[in-house]
Amino acid sequence: MIKTEEMMLNVGPQHPSTHGVFRLVVKLDGEIITEAQPVIGYLHRGTEKLAENLQYTQIIPYTDRMDYLSAMTNNYVICHAVETMMGIEIPERADFLRVIAMELGRVASHLVWWGTYLLDLGATSPFIYAFREREMIINMLNELSGGRLTFNYMRVGGVKWDAPEGWIQKVKEFIPYMREQLAGYHSLVTGNEIFLNRVKGIGQYTKEDALQYSLSGVNLRCTGVKWDLRKDEPYSIYNRFDFDVPVQESGDAWARYQCRMAEIEESLKILEQAAEQFPEEGEILAKVPKIIKAPKGEAFVRIESPRGEIGCYIYSDGKKEPYRLKFRRPSFYNLQILPKLLKGENIANMIAILGAIDIVLGEVDG
Amino acid sequence: MIQEMLQSSPGWFNFIFFFIFGLVLLLVVLGFVTYSILAERKVMGYIQLRHGPNQLGGRFGLLQTVADVLKLLLKEDIIPKMADRPMFILAPVIAFAPSFMVLATIPFTDRFQFADLGVGLLYYVAVSGLTVFGILLGGWASNNKYSLLGGARATAQMISYEIPLVMSVLGVILLSGSLNLNDIVHAQKHGWFILLQPIGFIVFLIASTAELSRTPFDLPESESELVAGYHTEYTGFRWAFFMLAEYVYLFAMTALITILFFGGWMAPFGFLDFIPGAVWFSLKFCVILFLYLWFRSTFPRMRADKLMEFAWKILMPVALANIMLTAIIKSLFF
Repeated sequence: MIKTEEMMLNVGPQHPSTHGVFRLVVKLDGEIITEAQPVIGYLHRGTEKLAENLQYTQIIPYTDRMDYLSAMTNNYVICHAVETMMGIEIPERADFLRVIAMELGRVASHLVWWGTYLLDLGATSPFIYAFREREMIINMLNELSGGRLTFNYMRVGGVKWDAPEGWIQKVKEFIPYMREQLAGYHSLVTGNEIFLNRVKGIGQYTKEDALQYSLSGVNLRCTGVKWDLRKDEPYSIYNRFDFDVPVQESGDAWARYQCRMAEIEESLKILEQAAEQFPEEGEILAKVPKIIKAPKGEAFVRIESPRGEIGCYIYSDGKKEPYRLKFRRPSFYNLQILPKLLKGENIANMIAILGAIDIVLGEVDG
Repeated sequence: MIQEMLQSSPGWFNFIFFFIFGLVLLLVVLGFVTYSILAERKVMGYIQLRHGPNQLGGRFGLLQTVADVLKLLLKEDIIPKMADRPMFILAPVIAFAPSFMVLATIPFTDRFQFADLGVGLLYYVAVSGLTVFGILLGGWASNNKYSLLGGARATAQMISYEIPLVMSVLGVILLSGSLNLNDIVHAQKHGWFILLQPIGFIVFLIASTAELSRTPFDLPESESELVAGYHTEYTGFRWAFFMLAEYVYLFAMTALITILFFGGWMAPFGFLDFIPGAVWFSLKFCVILFLYLWFRSTFPRMRADKLMEFAWKILMPVALANIMLTAIIKSLFF
């Protein structure tokens, strides 16, 4: 082997496939990566610090901007934390609206991942197809909340707006349509030999690694750990629905791909049942005081976002603002395994590995 | 007629004649490049549920590319401070010139051909190999890490895929017994070589896609890893020259496939001879071109390390087996 001079390459912060302002300093020996160092913080806005001077309701819009691809789950986690502290009972209709909104968000988020991941791998069309379906979801959520990306939909004690007339019908109609499109996605991409070549055996890690690095969500389930908070620690009304947790064994990018695609189907199952059981009448907001004051004490709640476990820790000294607020942001934790995965890989696999982790920089930087 | 002109003694008439015809060909090719870019964007647009260009030049965006070229002309020409200036300037020219040179041997119709060389096919392969120098030089002279990686990749890829490319046409050469492109067309009077050489055709199509560095082999300029590959630092018209070279090669390669495997300008059946050769040529040409555009909007990109394996371990043996098979069949039945 000819030894050549080591080359340092700055990937990002402005790079087409780092999915935001993410910088990766890689040392290259030819095209082989010998060392990779992620540099984050370009999108840091200090959400947690800002929250200390905000009332609980005012924090909700800030959470929209963390994981901007599934703002609904972020909304939910902060509301859920405050509700847990205050012991508020949520009306059934509000719970249903929350679950439908979150699952639609999950489908939309996975669609964006699917499209952009294939764009990273050089296929241009899937991106457009995925965004067509996402657009329908976004439009539905827009009708519900008035926002397309940053919904600011949920409130402590329920949701802000009731479903407009005929909205549930739209959700019902969307489900078979989405299933049909999903079959199309599979026939276009999943069996493609070039695609399989690029994802199989790429970015592989074991169950032990995943647990040690505190990975969650699909990044954990792709190694064979069946852990989904919707099933294992049911929050909201998830225990009412019948759905599976897709698990793969191999722990490579291909396993993650399969998991995410299967998760879209499972989300559709939940949506189908939720739309079926949706209560005709009912309140959408529980009786809550005008100014929300969490009682003195602390609480930690965690839920399953499309990217993994999103947690919210609140320490309150009884005022209308939290004394300390902390989010466990799954993308940030999932990203930590990247240097280990990249070592010794070809530079062409770099993007395939980074993409398969599915990070949102808004969430990584907080 | 061109043949007679070539053989006559040089004079002013010859010079002006060839100059004008060269100009005509240049304009035809530039027109093709303009509209093939538009076609590419339109086809990709329709496959991707978009409209593609539809504002400039009527409903079909007929003037879009013209406007793009004008924009490129007006752009500031940036040469990076640390770049190797003479090489940086020279690279696009080296990349572009051979792409136009190869067109000389292509018989577009039975009359419209510039140089009826005995070794036309060999000439094509040899000259088109020169472009690699321009690309490597461009990548190197830019003094940019992405460019360097892209240039090195492009070189490795083009050199590797040239071998199966040549190997796959050997079957055609065996059957027609000539390297002359005109003779190859005439040899297909009773059946296109795609029917006699299906394996050769498939290998050639794959290798040519790699040679043109188009999806799924667009690694030299894979934007998701290497930003824009070897032309990352190029702007304005220097960049346009690289693009021009790429599309002229697309033109040449599509024309070559038409000639080698689809009977060139000849009608598929004898009774259709009344339709002029140019029409047949362009029809076949368009179908093959569409194939390339279709590839681009459907496939993901190959993995860089698998790329070489694919060329040497799969395409090469298949092409060699094809030669063997063709030789046996030829000695037994022809």
